[in-house]
Amino acid sequence: MGMTVVQKILARAAGRASVEVGDVVEPAVDLAMSHENAALVINQFFEVYKGAGLEPRVWDPSRIAIIFDHRVPAESSKTANNQKKVREFVAQQGIAKFRDIRGDEGGICHQVLPESGWVRPGSVVVGTDSHTTTHGALGAFGFGIGATEMASVWALGVALNVEVPATIQVLVNGRLAGFVSPKDLVLHLIGRLTAQGANFKAIEYHGDTIRLMSTSGRLVLCNMAVEAGATSGIVPADSETLRYLREETGVRDEIEVVAPDPDAVYGQVVEVDASSLEPQVACPHAVDNVKPVTAVAGTRIDQVVIGSCTNGRLEDLAVAARILRGKKVARGVRVLVFPASWRVYRDAMNGGHLAALSDAGALIMNPGCGCCLGIHQGALGDGEVALSSTNRNFKGRMGNPKAEVYLCSPAVAAASALTGVITDPR
Amino acid sequence: MAKVVLVLGDDVSTDDIYPGRFMATVLPSETPQYAFADHTAFNARLKASQVPPGSVIVAGENFGCGSSREQAASTLQGHELVVVARSFARIFLQNAINLGLKVVVAPGVEAAEGDELEVAAAAVVNHTRGKTFAMTPLPRARQAIIDAGGLIAYTRSLIIRAR
Repeated sequence: MGMTVVQKILARAAGRASVEVGDVVEPAVDLAMSHENAALVINQFFEVYKGAGLEPRVWDPSRIAIIFDHRVPAESSKTANNQKKVREFVAQQGIAKFRDIRGDEGGICHQVLPESGWVRPGSVVVGTDSHTTTHGALGAFGFGIGATEMASVWALGVALNVEVPATIQVLVNGRLAGFVSPKDLVLHLIGRLTAQGANFKAIEYHGDTIRLMSTSGRLVLCNMAVEAGATSGIVPADSETLRYLREETGVRDEIEVVAPDPDAVYGQVVEVDASSLEPQVACPHAVDNVKPVTAVAGTRIDQVVIGSCTNGRLEDLAVAARILRGKKVARGVRVLVFPASWRVYRDAMNGGHLAALSDAGALIMNPGCGCCLGIHQGALGDGEVALSSTNRNFKGRMGNPKAEVYLCSPAVAAASALTGVITDPR
Repeated sequence: MAKVVLVLGDDVSTDDIYPGRFMATVLPSETPQYAFADHTAFNARLKASQVPPGSVIVAGENFGCGSSREQAASTLQGHELVVVARSFARIFLQNAINLGLKVVVAPGVEAAEGDELEVAAAAVVNHTRGKTFAMTPLPRARQAIIDAGGLIAYTRSLIIRAR
């Protein structure tokens, strides 16, 4: 029986010829990523070794990545102390894939890993962050785990007792219309699948729309797979993946492409006609509460957020700059721009996008996650409404349970920044 | 037998269980104070030690969806609460099992606050309503970790065995 991409990756990582849905395997981990919560992982790692009579050493420091992105620079002494503890551990264990707080490298983990060439097709990537699904855009199996589970990975080099997930095949054909983006496609998909429709399953993306989509767009689709509950989202590696790795990350060594078998068995097939899609908006307080932008146009907003691990890449900032260039953000609306990494920041600066956004009245923030989850800048007041290109709108998400968050594409966010109400960019 | 102290609907997120603004607090010894912080009355009862260990939260489908933050499990574990839900989100369920938080999947469970609930071997019994609800076993991949009393003990046994 044929295997899906995820089955093939797990079979190889577990040293088996094949695996079936429901099999329990212990895949070797190629890359283990954490951010500030490495402070908790370190705590649990030392707990594992307590009384074991062994010196706590990570299994392979070259396969561990730690990227500071959630609270940069530190907003409190508590965070500063956590970051200090992580720095000491990094030095002690010899972890080279570490990105500290500086303006010439680093950024948000889900951009730093791909753009550094650290994520390869066919690899197993785990991260103490639910959006680790993002890395499936490069044909890897990426999934989120908790801090204690990461401590176990650091000790053993394998993910323990992973159940091989069933796969939903999402088949997307047709050309996206102007100002309709991969974000609109994935919001539409989450609305159809619901917030739990893919729980304990993988989503494998196929079709002409995906084949012609840039890696930047594929990262959006895989980033948000977890909002349908998916263990992982994945785009099987193809010529675009190779182009991205060679041209944009400078990878020179051999890249192996893992493709699904033609007779792979999918638990469910979902077809999407991309050409009929309108811009989409996820309404408060659930990511699967998705409506076409026309249904909520005119809703008053107080804050616009453009950026994050979902939509803070160069093409996102470019489309926002194109809409805002030479114009002014509406009075009474705060516009915050979070590039996904310092490389993106620099490219957007050199391309003139940041100047256009700044001239229009937007605040250019440093790359980081903080605003999206209400932990570092950009918190909302009581009764305020945010329109954001981030990935979650749960109650309390942007720092205040008495506020509301709508999710959208960078184009909808930028068009709405000009009017002060949710606006169709077309 | 234990009392139901909180009843929630579907898709309870980890932001709801442990709001992001408290995420700089990471240690299991410190997270319990922020459990359901935005459910102010319930949080106040927890902090005043008015909720006995073993008390039950009953929820709908997809409990713990969203973030991988382990604080969402440790904050409930710190109060020794039991969560009975119609279903759980994957990462939360794994975190709960890894930390030893008692979680029960009962797809048809119905309860109101104040009901007396019993988690028996294969079913959840609501004694107040006189109803019994079937339990779904936890993922079998996790049984060894449950049996070991959590992931830290389980992984410790593996590194000692490999020595």
